[in-house]
Amino acid sequence: MCESEEGGGCGGGGRPARAPRGGRPLKCMKCKEGPPVLIIRVGDAFCKACFKDYFVHKFRALLGKNRCIFPGEKVLLAFSGGPASSAMVRQVQEGLSREAAKKLRFKPGILFVDEGGVCGQGLEKRGEVRSQLERILRATGFPYHLVNLEEVFGLPGSILRAVSHSATDHSQSYKEAVDGFIQQQELLQCERTGGPGESLPGRLAELSIQDPSEKETAEVPGPLSISHTAELTRLFGAVKTLTAREELLQTLRNHLILHVARTSGYTKVMMGDSCTRVAVKLLTNLCLGRGAFLAGDTGFSDGRHGDVLVLRPMREYSAKEIAFYNRLFGVPAIFTPALATKAPDRASIHRLIESFLCKLQSDFPSTVSTVYRTGEKLGAAPGDDDSDGATEPERCLLCLCTLDTNVVDGSSLQSTLLSEELCQKPPLSAGSSCCEDAPTQTGCCKAPPVAGAIPPQVWLLPLLCYSCRLTIKDMSCLEPLPPYIHSEAERRRRSRAAMKQEIQEFLLEDDEAPPAS
Amino acid sequence: MPAPVLCQSCGAGRAALRRPKTGQALCRECFVAAFEAEVHGTIVAARLFQPGETVAVGASGGKDSTVLAHLLRLLNQRHGYGLRLLLLSVDEGIAGYRDDSLDAVRRNRGRLGLPLHVVSYRELYGWSMDRIARHVGPKNNCTFCGVFRRQALDRGAALLGADKIATGHNADDVAETVLMNFLRGDVGRLRRCAGILTGSEGALPRCKPLKHAYEKEIVLYAYFQGLDYFSTECVYAPNAYRGHARTLLKDLEAIRPSAVADLVHSGERLAVREDVRMPTQGTCQRCGYLSSQPLCKACVLLEGLNRGLPRLGIGKPSRMQKVLTDAEKPEVGFREDSQQASRAIRTVDF
Ligand SMILES: [Zn+2]
Ligand SMILES: [Zn+2]
Ligand SMILES: [Zn+2]
Ligand SMILES: [Zn+2]
Ligand SMILES: [Zn+2]
Repeated sequence: MCESEEGGGCGGGGRPARAPRGGRPLKCMKCKEGPPVLIIRVGDAFCKACFKDYFVHKFRALLGKNRCIFPGEKVLLAFSGGPASSAMVRQVQEGLSREAAKKLRFKPGILFVDEGGVCGQGLEKRGEVRSQLERILRATGFPYHLVNLEEVFGLPGSILRAVSHSATDHSQSYKEAVDGFIQQQELLQCERTGGPGESLPGRLAELSIQDPSEKETAEVPGPLSISHTAELTRLFGAVKTLTAREELLQTLRNHLILHVARTSGYTKVMMGDSCTRVAVKLLTNLCLGRGAFLAGDTGFSDGRHGDVLVLRPMREYSAKEIAFYNRLFGVPAIFTPALATKAPDRASIHRLIESFLCKLQSDFPSTVSTVYRTGEKLGAAPGDDDSDGATEPERCLLCLCTLDTNVVDGSSLQSTLLSEELCQKPPLSAGSSCCEDAPTQTGCCKAPPVAGAIPPQVWLLPLLCYSCRLTIKDMSCLEPLPPYIHSEAERRRRSRAAMKQEIQEFLLEDDEAPPAS
Repeated sequence: MPAPVLCQSCGAGRAALRRPKTGQALCRECFVAAFEAEVHGTIVAARLFQPGETVAVGASGGKDSTVLAHLLRLLNQRHGYGLRLLLLSVDEGIAGYRDDSLDAVRRNRGRLGLPLHVVSYRELYGWSMDRIARHVGPKNNCTFCGVFRRQALDRGAALLGADKIATGHNADDVAETVLMNFLRGDVGRLRRCAGILTGSEGALPRCKPLKHAYEKEIVLYAYFQGLDYFSTECVYAPNAYRGHARTLLKDLEAIRPSAVADLVHSGERLAVREDVRMPTQGTCQRCGYLSSQPLCKACVLLEGLNRGLPRLGIGKPSRMQKVLTDAEKPEVGFREDSQQASRAIRTVDF
């Protein structure tokens, strides 16, 4: 239910409810009593209480339907300060304070990544934002983590490795887990208070205090992160286009989120992508050559990291619904500048798609929901399923998706490689073609690719998916990349070389391309 | 005055252009050689043709099909594909536009020495595009144009005994179609449109030898080879969504020159979920053409025209399908037209 047919729906700016043509409805369409405060779709007027029910129910229903969060599991909420992730945090608060039958049973923590270092924010401004954030986060009562993007310079290479599923326990079914958890909770409660009836916030507070990650909350940005600001600036300065800078930022942010989740024992991460955001991301990623990965990049759950599952529980809410909710129920949001805040529409593919969809949405009000539904019909590419198969598929060094760079005959990638190679060696003159003399079949001229001049990126490219290659090709030099990327790339190249050595004697021809799966 | 830039490929010739696809400065000869080698590479790698096949080249008189006909004749000779090539044109019946473009096709036929055949909408369907436009009004013309042209090519090629149809679709066309089908949520077409060789069961196979050629490079190649083509756009404006997709693609290319190839790559790699129901291909009850519905799109549109309700066939196909398949009692007007149509299925040879 993500139609935002009235108004733009893509800006996220909440406009007051307008009366539909033919007069304002007098009563809420659901309870038939309350005064309507907003109209979600044409004809659907809700009063404040019913809108809240509808909104809160949608969140629980989506989590319930997918049954992927186990009771007692630690879940990290990725919080950007924007409307969607703010509403997401509020939904978790609402869910935890519900009566026992319906309430959520996981243990949340909040993560905020301070990206001020790449968005041109000075230290003073960053400090201001931070104290504002701390106030909001402390009010939630959840443990929280504030990390600077600069901390990517201290990440371990292992962050670029998917951890196999077998590490997690599959023996227990969801139902068993829920029953077990409830029994355990009842037992605990009896022991502590001698009977049920203790208020939920009290129990939650206890959970938080027992949480070992609590002490990280107290961490303040140390001298380490500040010294890395210059390196971060240098890194983004080496990226020639805003499109690639956007992609790199997203990649580094994801690595940092994964790192916090792993080191603090979170097994799920919730991202606050709204339906509108998902539609923009689908079309943007399609244009960036990520066609194979759209399902993982935007779907409800994404298991590319293996041990930590990424969830998008806000993806059925339109930006407009979220804006209304936040206004009506006083959900605070903080404005933090993005990379392209002041950039014009055509400064990057990300900006272009966002404004394109926004304009199209005002001409064709079903645009966002149609694109969203297109995404719903997409899945992982065959052979991309990590649950079966003896050997782990080779994954992109940066985005950890299964490589989409095996060269298929007649494909766009093959043609691009051929174009690059043809322009680097003396051309075939029209008369001296290889099969002039022996025109026996049409397959005679196929020659294996030859390596040409070597640009600095060449050693990294084979480890990357099609789209991440484009990002890296937009860098003038790779040396400013954080050390963990260099070390993991080196490790992979060594293990590749070792593997090749091992199988060398069985190979018939020397082929650089990875085996097609 | 700055020194002339040298060709980055041969290092000897003076660079005449910066290649849109790779960004390299090339001399004229190196560009032409690379362009031809790449199309040949595509044909070979994708195994588009088998020796001995008769290939109908869809010839519209525009730049894409003119370059395609020229290249296929050249590469067929140079690399000994062993193909019999024919030019096949569709006369939509658009005054001015079609007459001029058919003239361009005829001039090329002379230059290439390939046989040319023309099939017309009026003969196949009993309606010219101009007459359709008068009935339908200013919008949705391309719905008719596209559906009818596709079938007209198929019918023409079948009558000529061709084994395959080669069309001039280039990388920009494919990228644009990927965008358009994505925006419309048409997953079935989304998967098919990125293919290079399609429709081998039942219908004549179609292939796109220029699938990886950038539109800009096709124009450059035609210019350097002195090819004669007709460059006016169809007078009937494309539908709104295609127009939006086209504008978006141009803007994308301005930001990242590889955007065309990147979109084609995305289209090739898109995976549709296994549990998503795809339309099953059957044949049209009325004309026998491949269709996922009881009646093919052309028959539905045609029936709408003949009943004087041209807009019925546009948009919600289900309504029209139901009307037509529930009551298969042909009206007088329809009977007349269908007889006229079946009589008229023949090609005009030159
Ligand atoms: Zn109500
Ligand atoms: Zn990647
Ligand atoms: Zn040259
Ligand atoms: Zn047209
Ligand atoms: Zn039919």
